[in-house]
Amino acid sequence: MHELSAVLAIAHRDFVKLIRDRARLVSDFAFPLILIGVLGTSLQAGFGTPGGFNLLTFVFTGVFAQTIWQSAALGVISLIADREQDFSQEMFVSPISRYSIIFGKIIGESLVALPQALAILVFGYVIGVPLSLPVLLALVPLAFVVAVFGGAFGVLVLSNLKSQQTANQIFPFVMLPQFFLAGVFNPIDNLPWFLDILSRLAPMRYAIDLVRDVYYAAHPEPVSVALLDAPTNLGIMGAMFVLFMVAGTTLFVRSERNR
Amino acid sequence: MIQVVDLVKRYRKAHRNAVDGISFEVGGGEFFALLGPNGAGKTTTISILTTTLLPTTGGATIAGHDLVTEASAVRREVGIIFQRPSLDQNLTGEENVRLHAILYGIHPYAPAFRLMETAYRRRVGELAELLGIGREVFDPVRTFSGGMRRKLEIVRSLLHDPKVLFLDEPTAGLDPPSRRALWGYLDAVRRERETTIFLTTHYLEEAEQADRICVIDDGRIVAQGTPAAIKAELVDEYVLVDADHRPALLADLERLGLPHSGEGPFRIPLGGRQIHEALRAIETPLNVVQTHSPSLEDAYLEIVDKPRA
Repeated sequence: MHELSAVLAIAHRDFVKLIRDRARLVSDFAFPLILIGVLGTSLQAGFGTPGGFNLLTFVFTGVFAQTIWQSAALGVISLIADREQDFSQEMFVSPISRYSIIFGKIIGESLVALPQALAILVFGYVIGVPLSLPVLLALVPLAFVVAVFGGAFGVLVLSNLKSQQTANQIFPFVMLPQFFLAGVFNPIDNLPWFLDILSRLAPMRYAIDLVRDVYYAAHPEPVSVALLDAPTNLGIMGAMFVLFMVAGTTLFVRSERNR
Repeated sequence: MIQVVDLVKRYRKAHRNAVDGISFEVGGGEFFALLGPNGAGKTTTISILTTTLLPTTGGATIAGHDLVTEASAVRREVGIIFQRPSLDQNLTGEENVRLHAILYGIHPYAPAFRLMETAYRRRVGELAELLGIGREVFDPVRTFSGGMRRKLEIVRSLLHDPKVLFLDEPTAGLDPPSRRALWGYLDAVRRERETTIFLTTHYLEEAEQADRICVIDDGRIVAQGTPAAIKAELVDEYVLVDADHRPALLADLERLGLPHSGEGPFRIPLGGRQIHEALRAIETPLNVVQTHSPSLEDAYLEIVDKPRA
């Protein structure tokens, strides 16, 4: 009960922080809107429907998952900034489990990603992405699942970093390749073998595929777009979540205490 | 209350020990000061004692709990004021206090102040009064003055009634009135709750208020004891005397068996002797009588200023 309270309190703090930070709210929304609006529509105009499916919805579902996943991952990495401002000390000297601290942070950053998910959905609707009510209702909880998974990935990245500066430097190398390996904009069912291996290792791939599972179940295309079925994707994400949480938290706590 | 045994900390990739085999004990309700210059190993020691850093070798217990194997139990027993403020600037004063109360399991989580337990809300009212603020406790911490933030941190750290309160250079960056107010408040806390206070500081006048002082430099203990004992041990007190007729004075000193040094003026170490007795016994008219009684600060500076190996 105490641990649960602590998780909620830590999550609450992150959400309150978001609401008070107007500039971050605005910038959170701008990036996905640009990606879908500019990239999605221009790809569609340039290539039409090469794989036999609508590229706009493909990019939309990809960016939806990617944005939320990345937002939560980045958010969790902000624990480093907390450390630099010395706020995290207050949490780390308290008598709660280190897992609770990390998990609370993940839940908090996942909540922070939710308004973003909503904005993307609204924007998708405006630019003409077909969105039925059942899909809308399914995508919101799905966004939360994707965010929690992204947050766990953030823990793993965090555990290997020393400062916010290194975090900022390393993040593009961790994230940008995944944009392509996980198939945010590009179909990945025909990659050369070495890229295929990397692609299968990219955690973001399963989050995006899960979103596509759900989306294309309600708005089917003539060809199958998602690669794996939803239970398989969820299973892989679950396994990776546990791995990231345990390895990430252990490494993080060790590097904190064992300087 | 606190027992430290042969504590050693060497940071990774460091070439020497930040803390180099220190041992000491702090009794319950005691006000203990760890005194030393910047870089002496004070913050390292306090980080280890508050479980945020693992010792390289050696260990310590707090309230009977081992630091390494029972970290969680230790955390429950201690409150900490960090060197750098650890309040969340994005939150209000009350929200900072609330987070602490929930993290320490004093009250269960509720999404808003109004939904928190009555006991908590009453407590916040009392705290606001104690801090000399009213509704401002609901303002963002960002708007608080430095002194106010420190006070809020102390109030927060006492919320879970810790047996030991660690203060790592708590007055750094505070103006004299805030500093004085802080000590006044801490005194009251000690009297009312019998909290053990563990202070690190490089200000001697703060350490002088302590029951016991431990002076560290370069990770080693150089002196330990009550302020008076440390003073006696470290400080070299003597009287400087001189006379127009030095041979007569010298004869006096020899006759009285007073240890002395110098060719004139003569230096008579006091070593606990009554200065008046010594002077009265001298028959030669004196033209210089100077007592040399350096402050503890002089002694401290002498210890910590010596060239490093």
